[in-house]
Amino acid sequence: MISAGAVDQVFVTLKDWIVFHTPAPLQTLVSIVIEVATIIVVFAALFALTTVFERKGLGRMQNRYGPNRVGPFGVFQPIADAVKSLTKEDVVPRAADHVVHYLAPLVLVGVVFLTYAVLPVGRNMTAVNLDAGVLYFFAVGAATELAVFMAGWSSHNKYSLLGAMRAIAQMISYEIPLILSSVPVIMMAGTLSMVGIVEQQARTSGGLAHWNVFTPWGLAGFILFMIAATAETNRSPFDLPEGESEIIAGYFIEYSGFKFALFFLAEYLEMFAVSGLGITLFLGGWSAPFSFLGWIPSWIWFFGKLLTLIFGFIWVRGTVPRLRMDQLMNFAWKFMLPMTLIVIFSAGLWRFLSAAVVGPMPLGGVIRWLVCALVILAPYITLARGLERGRRIEKRVYRYAE
Amino acid sequence: MGMTFSFLILAIMTLAGGVAAMTMRRLVHCALALVVSFAGLAALYLNLGAEFAGLAQLLVYVGAIAILIVFAILLTRGGEGEPEGSFSPSPAGIAGAVAALAVFAVLTWAVETSSVARAGAAVAAPQTTMREIGFALMQRYVLPLEVIALMLTAALIGAVILALREKRNEPADGTAQKQGLRA
Repeated sequence: MISAGAVDQVFVTLKDWIVFHTPAPLQTLVSIVIEVATIIVVFAALFALTTVFERKGLGRMQNRYGPNRVGPFGVFQPIADAVKSLTKEDVVPRAADHVVHYLAPLVLVGVVFLTYAVLPVGRNMTAVNLDAGVLYFFAVGAATELAVFMAGWSSHNKYSLLGAMRAIAQMISYEIPLILSSVPVIMMAGTLSMVGIVEQQARTSGGLAHWNVFTPWGLAGFILFMIAATAETNRSPFDLPEGESEIIAGYFIEYSGFKFALFFLAEYLEMFAVSGLGITLFLGGWSAPFSFLGWIPSWIWFFGKLLTLIFGFIWVRGTVPRLRMDQLMNFAWKFMLPMTLIVIFSAGLWRFLSAAVVGPMPLGGVIRWLVCALVILAPYITLARGLERGRRIEKRVYRYAE
Repeated sequence: MGMTFSFLILAIMTLAGGVAAMTMRRLVHCALALVVSFAGLAALYLNLGAEFAGLAQLLVYVGAIAILIVFAILLTRGGEGEPEGSFSPSPAGIAGAVAALAVFAVLTWAVETSSVARAGAAVAAPQTTMREIGFALMQRYVLPLEVIALMLTAALIGAVILALREKRNEPADGTAQKQGLRA
């Protein structure tokens, strides 16, 4: 009988075994190579899986089949896609800035892969446990904007430049709510280390884990975080930088063949990484929600949560129409930013409403929950009403498309 | 020593980025070379174990300042037809070289006469964690922090006011409107 702990740590044990059997001077190198290779292979495989998953899911939502020609139910579609993108001609516009045009997709993919270094995908399964892990994630992630600019500018095409400008404006605007919505978690955990944040949420009391999403500020913060994450990764309904119907494909319009595939890969990897961060901050990382489910290996929890969030992204993409640029900016600065600040305030209140203030645990806990929820809910309703005022909702008139 | 080898690579990267930023023809290329220099500097901080300083450098300079520079270039020149960069000795060039030398001299003097340099390698590098930096910022240095925050907010509001279109007495034709904006 294999114990649950052994299954949980099977990959860690395997790595340690391989490192143990290499010559001593190479051990550090081998250890690093194994970690990096695992991250690249696993998340690239997840990317391949997600492309099918997304196209099938979108097809289902839009009442069509989706890919169904390659292999059973079209599951080998990613292999066909890979062969296609590898054999396609790599077209570079004559007017393009060749060096920057070449470097942009590489920088983008490289930077996105760097963010995975601090992500805890399981118990003892973090490549680098940085003391400032969350800060590292945002600092490295900020460099993607530059890669997007490089792609848009070097293509020498007005649509790609427009797409890059849109992308940068959007990413800078939504980076602020993204970072601010993770501030309450850092405040409550008292650490910036991702491993530390997960370990605090993995504690259980009364069979229930201390996930941040179970608290009012955590729930509101998680929703705000995921909205900002959707915008940050340029996913629908925030896919204005691509905007097929207006600016064709945005900043990667002049890319073809494998470079285009790299952009595609980077976009999905960004989505996984930011979902992974959301899981780490709010959904307890690799921990189980209830203590009786603790026997399921930690990495299954992490990837299960990741796939659930990915399904959420696909669902939103299949449901919500694209925003307009002014709506996007107004939403970021007039709604997201104040709401994140209110959530930070609520988290502070939660911290100081201890048992001594609100009374003993069962009833006191409920009172604390309700008070903190009210602190978020009341400003939310006021803010939403205030933003709605003066706007008449009437039947839409199509002037040019009759 | 492993430290010196990584230091060498990063130093070359930083310096090469800086030199390229000064000598390249197209302004956007210069900005991108400057980013390489910024990133090299951040990596140097990380190499020295100054995690917070390195990551903050990355977040602020590569994530924000570089984008600001790039936007400024695109909005003012359109990224096209830059003048040819030349190194012919001009009064401005000589003044720039003198200023750079003076800054370098002052920095060298400051580093050489600092207490750390005099003590030599005997002083162990101070180990600071994020937690200690947080406590320092929120307790001992909370007043300077708040003053800086207030100043930055004021600057932000000032920038928005400068950029706001004047609504009150908007002139009819375009030229007058431009003058109104400039005033």
